[in-house]
Amino acid sequence: MKLAYWMYAGPAHIGTLRIASSFKNVHAIMHAPLGDDYFNVMRSMLSRERDFTPVTASIVDRKVLARGSQERVVDNIVRKDREETPDLILLTPTCTSSILQEDLQNFVERASLDAQGDVLLADVNHYRVNELQAADRTLHQVVEFYLQKARKQGTLPTTKTERPSVNILGMTTLGFHNNHDCTELKKLMGDLGIEVNLVMPEGASVHELHKLPQAWFNLVPYREIGPQTAEYLRAEFEMPCLDITPMGLVETARCIRAIQSILNDQGAEVDYEPFIDEQTRFVSQAAWFSRSIDCQNLTGKKAVVFGDNTHAAAMTKILAREMGIHVVLAGTYCKYDEAWFRQQVGEYCDDILISDDNGAIADAIARHEPAAIFGTQMERHVGKRLDIPCGVIAAPIHIQNFPVGYRPFLGYEGANQVVDLVYNSFTLGMEDHLLEIFGGHDTKEVITKTVSADSDLVWTKDGLAELNKIPGFVRGKVKRNTEKFARERGFGEINAEVLYAAKEAVGA
Amino acid sequence: MTLANTQSQALEFECDTGNYHTFCPISCVAWLYQKIEDSFFLVIGTKTCGYFLQNAMGVMIFAEPRYAMAELEEGDVSAKLNDYDELKRLCLQIKRDRNPSVIVWIGTCTTEIIKMDLEGLAPKLEAEIGIPIVVARANGLDYAFTQGEDTVLAAMAHRCPSSDQVTTSEEKAERGGIQKLLSFGRQQETSAEPTESVYHDHPPLVLFGSVPDPINTQITLELKRQGIQVSGWLPAKRYTELPVIDEGYYVAGINPFLSRTASTLMRRRKCKLIGAPFPIGPDGTRAWVEKICSVFGIEPQGLEEREAQIWDSLEDYVSLIRGKSVYFMGDNLLEISLARFLVRCGMTVPEIGIPYMDKRYQAAELKFLEQTCHEMGVPLPKIIEKPDNYNQLQRIKATQPDLVITGMAHANPLEARGISTKWSVEFTFAQIHGFTNARDVLELVTRPLRRNQNLKDLGWEKLVKEEATV
Repeated sequence: MKLAYWMYAGPAHIGTLRIASSFKNVHAIMHAPLGDDYFNVMRSMLSRERDFTPVTASIVDRKVLARGSQERVVDNIVRKDREETPDLILLTPTCTSSILQEDLQNFVERASLDAQGDVLLADVNHYRVNELQAADRTLHQVVEFYLQKARKQGTLPTTKTERPSVNILGMTTLGFHNNHDCTELKKLMGDLGIEVNLVMPEGASVHELHKLPQAWFNLVPYREIGPQTAEYLRAEFEMPCLDITPMGLVETARCIRAIQSILNDQGAEVDYEPFIDEQTRFVSQAAWFSRSIDCQNLTGKKAVVFGDNTHAAAMTKILAREMGIHVVLAGTYCKYDEAWFRQQVGEYCDDILISDDNGAIADAIARHEPAAIFGTQMERHVGKRLDIPCGVIAAPIHIQNFPVGYRPFLGYEGANQVVDLVYNSFTLGMEDHLLEIFGGHDTKEVITKTVSADSDLVWTKDGLAELNKIPGFVRGKVKRNTEKFARERGFGEINAEVLYAAKEAVGA
Repeated sequence: MTLANTQSQALEFECDTGNYHTFCPISCVAWLYQKIEDSFFLVIGTKTCGYFLQNAMGVMIFAEPRYAMAELEEGDVSAKLNDYDELKRLCLQIKRDRNPSVIVWIGTCTTEIIKMDLEGLAPKLEAEIGIPIVVARANGLDYAFTQGEDTVLAAMAHRCPSSDQVTTSEEKAERGGIQKLLSFGRQQETSAEPTESVYHDHPPLVLFGSVPDPINTQITLELKRQGIQVSGWLPAKRYTELPVIDEGYYVAGINPFLSRTASTLMRRRKCKLIGAPFPIGPDGTRAWVEKICSVFGIEPQGLEEREAQIWDSLEDYVSLIRGKSVYFMGDNLLEISLARFLVRCGMTVPEIGIPYMDKRYQAAELKFLEQTCHEMGVPLPKIIEKPDNYNQLQRIKATQPDLVITGMAHANPLEARGISTKWSVEFTFAQIHGFTNARDVLELVTRPLRRNQNLKDLGWEKLVKEEATV
């Protein structure tokens, strides 16, 4: 047993559901107790989805415990197949169902007989993998299933596309700024004269998966989701796999050069150097920013970076290499992929922290006292407590990290966005210091936010106590309305009863 | 038999497949740890439970709450590790870091399935570490959302002292914590005698249900107007202030989802339950107070005028919803009381989904709903226990209600299809009890309608392409 207050990566089934609901017309059925379908809430709220999340639960209750799921899972699959005619139904085990040890594979086989669509059992172990690993695994599983099916049916294309083309793998629902990154990557590919063969899984249909081998290569922008699929495609179809995250100017250039070499190996004869030069020096603002005096002022400032592998590594490199910021600590919660992270950031930071214990990270931040933090929502909160500004660069994230406006982290526009993020974090920190030095703060406890109370009324102790229980953001209004009420009725002092009488009378 | 005659008049109950969305009952820790200030809630479960709490409870987790997960690992599930030793290690750590007055263990689906004997382990560990351990099995196999609180309060009911256990005067003062609230103001300086004349002579009354402190005060004051003294609340602000409960005390519930707590108080503590509609809405509050008065043989004073006054002050909101229809998908068991209040406001309710319907505990509320419908001349709603969300969505699509009260999973998709929604969970977190808060309930109910008024004529109600009809 482990005492835990917070976790960075969710349970395995969340990863599976993210893959399932990224595809078009794929439905996931969770074998789970009541209340485990909060994934629907997350997706509907965080990414403000207009459509119903294609996830339903086949409820495990007392009856199921006593007799086994028997027909119930099969019935639910067949019913969903009839109701919404999905192309694929993915039966998703949860922590509960995995200890029940029911033969879910058998249910899947039985359901396949009656269902029009395909039925698969997500093959993930709840106690061994987390959300990210499960997502990587599930994506691979779905791709393998459909490629093998196409091979059997003889519909697998054998030739490459005429012009250079790419598959972009690993774009998912609830992924950090994934939709914006996807747009930016498509634009970048367009600029490079590369056709996008397939983006997957976000927005893809399983009927398109057989087209995967037609692309000249696969681009896997994120370290966490996609590599297994790319590796499978490499082994099976000898498709080159490119796993450089184009985040930051240097890495974007490195990614484009790698693309160039992959294409030229296949006889494309492309030269992207002029494009890289033009973009870097004149289109993107990030290179110019690094020369400007604004950025000069950041030189040697201390920062701590923490997040998933992709974003923490890329951010560390950007800060150290492109902005001259001193990264005192870089860390990741992807413990299972520790070696990769160490190898990526080794030369760009003083210290490395591999942990999924938020307490350990908070302590390390407090110890280092950086001028800014780049982390998840959890680090943002640590920053608030320690009065250190924080830019959010990775999941876990809140609704404000699903901006409506265009905010990629990848490519040349992404580099601009990162500049703003970094610079805004640091200047805020400076302002804060100046306030501290010259302004000072009121230390006297105040009840309302109004500057002057200007009141002739006396609040009794219990009245004040009740007032204090009212949430801060409406307290001022309640206080004003109550005093108005008391004045009108001629009460000399305000106690709890007067407070509530006022509420009833005027809806204070 | 007059069956044919009554059938058209009586409420209709149905039970569907139970494939519906609701919160897991462990969510009760989110409000209970705030209510019971000296408690620590330890949820013994998996990552799935933890992820739910940290996501569903949003920013609250950042406030360093007094709750944590005892996250089960593979070794725990396969019994390679000893449950007792593991729990002891964690509870000692909690004792060291937070020093709570009580640790509440929340059993989950996993502890049920691997049959971890929490009720057996707790007394042993309690004796060893010197902190009371209360066990509540608030799992998704058996319960929905607010029923979690019910399991915790039912377990707490066993821990309420009897009067012969409370001997010192300080403890008496502590356990009667509410009395302090009542005697504020002038009477505070003088001794206790003058205050007693305020009250009628009636047997002790303990109220149960966790509500924010301001509501405790309001409800207590409301009964004080009738000369009824509340001798305690289950739960109190602190675990050490749990009220005295003796055989023969009267108890009344404030929320519709507390049926286990009610039956525990009746069967184990030998209390008498006052079955009444719940104090939600001015009609409900009046009926609730009246019922308590009638049990104690007290003539209620000025209740009718008070209710009328509240209704008057609500007119601006009521006029917005009068004649409109509201559909409850069902997820928190407040549905019957809310529907009854909204019918009184002039709304029609075609259907009430509800996770679980205790017809005995809610008997008075159900009767009140029926009566309210007859008086308002609207058809009786169909009550659907264990609803099926998919079927419900088909009916919503067919009938296009003016307002759907539903969970977050369906709210945005329904809004995109031009159907107004109100997020049901807000009713559990808002202050909705008593006369004073009737306005708050309508504030919530009318918000989507007021928003619609602000945005009307823009021509973008439906924001999805027409769905293909299968």
